[in-house]
Amino acid sequence: MRVVIAEDLALLRDGLIHILEAFDFEVVASVDTGPALLPALLGHRPDVAVVDVRLPPTFTDEGLQAAIAARAQVPGLPILVLSQHVEQLYARELLAAGVGGIGYLLKDRVSHVGQFIDAVRRVAEGGTVMDPEVIALLLARRPDTGPLDVLTAREREVLGLMAEGRSNAAIAGRLFVSEKAVSKHINSIFSKLGLPPSSDDNRRVMAVLTYLDQ
Amino acid sequence: MSRSGVVLAPPRVPGCPGENGTVNPLPTWLPEPVRRVLTPPVWTWLSRGLLAGLRSVLLAIGTLTTNITLFVLFVVSTVLTVAGVGIFLVPLVALGVRAVADLDRRLLAQWTGVEIPVPYRPRPAKAGIWRLYRWVVTDPATWRDLAWLVLSIQLVGLLLIAPAALIAYGIEGILGVPVLLYFVIDWYGYGVFWPMDNLAEALLSWPQAAVLLPAGLTLTPHTLRWFALVSQWLLAPTRAAALAVRVDRLTQTRTETVDAQATELRRIERDLHDGAQARLVAVSMKIGLAEELLARDPEAALRLMAQAREHSGMALAELRDLVRGIHPPVLAERGLDGAVQALALTVPLPVDVDISLPGRPLAPVESAAYFAIAEAVTNAVKHARASRISIRLGYDQGRLLMVVRDDGRGGAVSDGSGLRGIERRLAAFDGTMSVASPPGGPTTVTMELPCELSSPRTSPSSGTA
Repeated sequence: MRVVIAEDLALLRDGLIHILEAFDFEVVASVDTGPALLPALLGHRPDVAVVDVRLPPTFTDEGLQAAIAARAQVPGLPILVLSQHVEQLYARELLAAGVGGIGYLLKDRVSHVGQFIDAVRRVAEGGTVMDPEVIALLLARRPDTGPLDVLTAREREVLGLMAEGRSNAAIAGRLFVSEKAVSKHINSIFSKLGLPPSSDDNRRVMAVLTYLDQ
Repeated sequence: MSRSGVVLAPPRVPGCPGENGTVNPLPTWLPEPVRRVLTPPVWTWLSRGLLAGLRSVLLAIGTLTTNITLFVLFVVSTVLTVAGVGIFLVPLVALGVRAVADLDRRLLAQWTGVEIPVPYRPRPAKAGIWRLYRWVVTDPATWRDLAWLVLSIQLVGLLLIAPAALIAYGIEGILGVPVLLYFVIDWYGYGVFWPMDNLAEALLSWPQAAVLLPAGLTLTPHTLRWFALVSQWLLAPTRAAALAVRVDRLTQTRTETVDAQATELRRIERDLHDGAQARLVAVSMKIGLAEELLARDPEAALRLMAQAREHSGMALAELRDLVRGIHPPVLAERGLDGAVQALALTVPLPVDVDISLPGRPLAPVESAAYFAIAEAVTNAVKHARASRISIRLGYDQGRLLMVVRDDGRGGAVSDGSGLRGIERRLAAFDGTMSVASPPGGPTTVTMELPCELSSPRTSPSSGTA
């Protein structure tokens, strides 16, 4: 799989390249500034990109902006955004296009190499991966407001795991239920949130987006 | 949207029509035929003139009664100092003068928008008649007050009574009183005809009134303002006094800021020392041990590595929290606007956010503003039992305005530690905070920070006074 990496700190950039290459990814470009990122994304059209939010020259959110801009031109271009901190605001912006192939994780998660690689692959396949911390913040909010009132406690739990980017099988394993039960819950979530039948991935994104928007 | 900053400003002139060149809509209590004739600008001009006339009269009565009395008392008590009694009387009278001057300061600020700060030196900590006497007599403001007493009495006729009389006289003419009186009393007169010799001259009182009344209505708000400006000249602190007050204030806020900063650094040091630093030590110890065990007991080494990773994860989480407390990353990345929106998303209550900022304040101001808002929001969440919070952020006339409102139970006190912290943070930038929190709610925390914005767009015309 071809990867583009954007990270300004050499230590971390080399670490990422190291890890990805160890799992048979091909790093076609690694950039260390915001302005270099967009051309790299559009020029290489990688299978997946791993992008730091904060990049030179202004050290604000160039990486995030470049990711959103690239996906505006190439809808669904798979990008995994990494950051030292996670904000619901950014999660929302990344998902706003309603297309999958997007991930948003704390840099800490890279240390769980197996899980990290798993996340990169899921994003490359068009999945949606949100950091558990984003989900935890959402769960901390009062549950009796917003469009998710209609969901049962179990369904909310399933939706939270879905937002973390877990597959039905993984959700089933986590909740100690059958995969069939999970897909029943998920279908119920889709219909309760009024999500039209379309490709499964897209509906998952929309469900997560509703979750973030509550 | 860009006007909302103006709306945010607490109405400095409650119920005063037409202040700052604004036009007031016709009030609903006016009868329908009147509403049809009047246009809002005419109504504004009319009500403004009449109100200024009424206020001029009230002020004139007050000035002529209290100021003359106080002046006489002042002179008498000063003379009596020779006899010794004055030592007691002078402070007493001077305090009376100050009370009246303070009333005038408040009224004039409310009526004309001319702000007159209070110039008096702080009252001596220890009581004692001699101290009190010295405090009053050595304060230049006391003698400027005296000058004001004299001057205000002189100006009452020209600046307060004459314009108001013009309005009254105009109304008299418009109502046809001269014409009526021409028939009743044969020696009555109006305007240039005195007395009126024939009916034509009596009827001419109408066109004369039609000139006099508008002149009075137009003039009076200005003359009232001129009176306020003259008062400001004598009642406001002199430059030296203002600087002395300013230096006191700066000394106080600087001390507080330095204290707060030292405390903050100490907290950060402790957090790092006991938190992330200690965890990293544990991590490196575990890795070192794993290295040793790798050959002999690979399974134990693996366990140690997993523990090391867990500890490094905790260290990272602690560092993240610490960084958030020092300067939230989202503030650096998105500015105040984005940071407040991100903050709103983390609150476990519905939050309405309304932000209209034409540019970005400097980073230190932004940080102070952010933490002030965050603290106010935290207070609302923790203590108010609110079901809804609103955050409004605007910029008007060189001030950043922040209003955090909740519909909770109220009763918040501004000297609670949280709110006191906000006040201190803002004071370092000459900012202010006020809390309105009646029992039963709602609670409104209004904060202002004077600051410049970078890259300001040209704002819509806001008639500055």
